[in-house]
Amino acid sequence: MPDSVNSTDIKLVMSPAPHVSDKDTVPKIMFGVVIALIPTLIASLYWFRFHALRLVIITVAACIITEWVFQKLRGKPITIYDGSAIVTGLLLAFNLPPTLPGWMAAVGGIVAMTLGKHVFGGLGHNPFNPALIGRAFLLASFPAAMIRWTSPIDGTSTVTPLVQLHMGRITATYWDLFVGNIGGCIGETSALAILLGGLYLLYKRYIDWRIPVSYLGTVAVMALALGQDPIYHWLAGGLMLGAFFMATDMVTTPITRKGKWLFGIGAGIILMVIRQWGSYPEGVTYSILLMNAFTPLLERITRPRPYGEVKAHA
Amino acid sequence: MSKAKTFRGGIHPAGNKELTSTQAIVAMPAPAEVTVLLKQHAGAPCRPLVKKGDVVNKGQKIGDSDEFISAPVHAPVSGVVKAVQPSRDPAGSIVQAVVIENDGEERLDPSVQPHPDLDQLDAETIKKIVREAGIVGLGGATFPTHVKLSPPPDKKIEVLIINGCECEPYLTCDHRLMVEQPERVVFGTRALMKALGVEKAYIGIENNKPDAIAALEKATADYPGIEVVPLQYKYPQGSEKQLITAITGKEVPFNGLPMDVGVVVNNVETAAAVQAAIQDGMPLIERIVTVSGEGVRHPQNLAVRIGTPISEVIAAAGGFIGTPKQVIIGGPLTGVAQPDLSVPVTKCNTGILVFNELKRPSKPEPCIRCGRCVDACPSFLLPVTLAHLSDIGQYDKALELGLLACVECGSCSYVCPAHRFLLQSILVAKREIEAQRYKKTS
Ligand code: SF4
Ligand code: SF4
Repeated sequence: MPDSVNSTDIKLVMSPAPHVSDKDTVPKIMFGVVIALIPTLIASLYWFRFHALRLVIITVAACIITEWVFQKLRGKPITIYDGSAIVTGLLLAFNLPPTLPGWMAAVGGIVAMTLGKHVFGGLGHNPFNPALIGRAFLLASFPAAMIRWTSPIDGTSTVTPLVQLHMGRITATYWDLFVGNIGGCIGETSALAILLGGLYLLYKRYIDWRIPVSYLGTVAVMALALGQDPIYHWLAGGLMLGAFFMATDMVTTPITRKGKWLFGIGAGIILMVIRQWGSYPEGVTYSILLMNAFTPLLERITRPRPYGEVKAHA
Repeated sequence: MSKAKTFRGGIHPAGNKELTSTQAIVAMPAPAEVTVLLKQHAGAPCRPLVKKGDVVNKGQKIGDSDEFISAPVHAPVSGVVKAVQPSRDPAGSIVQAVVIENDGEERLDPSVQPHPDLDQLDAETIKKIVREAGIVGLGGATFPTHVKLSPPPDKKIEVLIINGCECEPYLTCDHRLMVEQPERVVFGTRALMKALGVEKAYIGIENNKPDAIAALEKATADYPGIEVVPLQYKYPQGSEKQLITAITGKEVPFNGLPMDVGVVVNNVETAAAVQAAIQDGMPLIERIVTVSGEGVRHPQNLAVRIGTPISEVIAAAGGFIGTPKQVIIGGPLTGVAQPDLSVPVTKCNTGILVFNELKRPSKPEPCIRCGRCVDACPSFLLPVTLAHLSDIGQYDKALELGLLACVECGSCSYVCPAHRFLLQSILVAKREIEAQRYKKTS
């Protein structure tokens, strides 16, 4: 017998079953989302140049620093390396208009990480999408600055296509809408870039296809029912970014498959109601935040029937 | 081949079966000393029938119980009883064991008598042979087989399912058995059908084992009542309830048993053990063990006498290569990590795996609510919610959400990107509830 087998200095590790795990980890998923946001980052830099660079740097830095400070103060483990703060920072920046003053962007980042995430206990415990909390806060606090739009590249002031739609004067072509040559938040204008990243996330299974499909599908159906152009509704505002990157945020959406369908449908209805009858031309932020609030309820009502459970026993 | 059937949910872990799946079963020489545990099955432990100093024959019954739910144990070698003493079992409990010093004579016990051919045996005789041979579920469940063959009269059994899925990664013992000895599996299947009085049997095999499917299709060609069913390669396809659903479309009721839907499931190696008990008269004293993992020099399938120390089984496979970090008995999803190499091989020892590194991070992170555990659960539960309820002690709430439907497959913990110990938490609640129920009924 090879003596190695009985050697006494072997230290075996006990662990509860299962003893193997899938390759995906939380940081891997978060950095996967960062990678998926790169095309949108490039598009935002291309269309909004220095403004975009400025906003991205400020919000990402604000998010990481806020998380670090918060965790330091509370004596909690530092989690800035898990990638989630970067994701929040990027998404917040992408949801800001190009000319927003830097300090406002920083405030948005601080609010996103504190009110949006850490008061609830950090990653996994926040009921609302942190980036959207940051944006909603800015929208409520600085409404004028948050809807001051400029054209891509030349930076002259303009309105977003959704405002045009609201006023009944549409000038942007489908192509402009698709590549992002329109006014809007720096990361929402290029459907092309968002789709590239979104498809990557779907391919990697980092997001569930049910939410973008049901969200976009509901918007299209409602637009058709209202006699409007569904493509325009898809491409003109923040819907693409919302559908692929924010409504799919795992933490704040239902864990059940049916719940995901209902989440997307609900968000689609709310969005169209806001766009059609609300005083704002845009409603992606509120449609998602509202559905975030419904997530626990959706999970309760869509709980699958356990294997073998018969009605009489239930 | 028709389209492979399957169940809903489940996971696709890396199989790592190629380490051993093409290697023929090798008979490992009987060791100098065996330690035969007196409880290797679900149910009542055996009392020893021998004492220190007794001379025993190979195949001689050395432990038995009067309880119905129990199974006798036999001497795997001829020799002298060195001791009857407590010993640790692979799951960590202390049980009585008979230690036998092998005299190397392989002297058969007179009780080892080949039985006349199957046509001359009636159902009761088959059940008796199965019981006396100490046969239990060899897939790992260890439920005494004769009990499964004796359903209460109000349960009409219509179908026998032979489980050849072997969905756990690394394990190939069932696979090799099916490829090399399909006629044994088929004979055992016919005997089990006769014992149950059923006309129909399915042999479910995952389609990652086309050679096993082909071998059994050939071996069953003359028996129209036995049908080989290719199944999708997915874990936990071999879980009894998931297997029944995949093959028959029926769902075993909550809290129920397969017999509630007219089905009895047995593992392929159990079927082969039934064949040996009948045709050779040989009780269950040997089983096939897959020794694998990157920490073993020559991964292979060994036919091992029950009671052989696992250190010697590893040595027979060439010993360690590198420094072992983890030794697991069973498969990597449901097996038990060992603190040392002191335990002997038992009837349910499907595999011995040696890993030189941990294959799973041991530090859980916060749940990011990704829902992967929900999608993976073959029992359609919300593992994350059940684990949480268990952690905060709300067992009754967990019970309402279907806790007892959990088949303990570990798919939830496997897929969790935060590496949460979901199954471990769920088990705490499940064991507590089961203990409460047991108290109430007894
Ligand atoms: S909850 Fe139970 S049945 Fe479901 S995946 Fe986890 S261990 Fe398997
Ligand atoms: S798989 Fe893990 S991280 Fe995902 S929902 Fe389940 S427990 Fe949470």
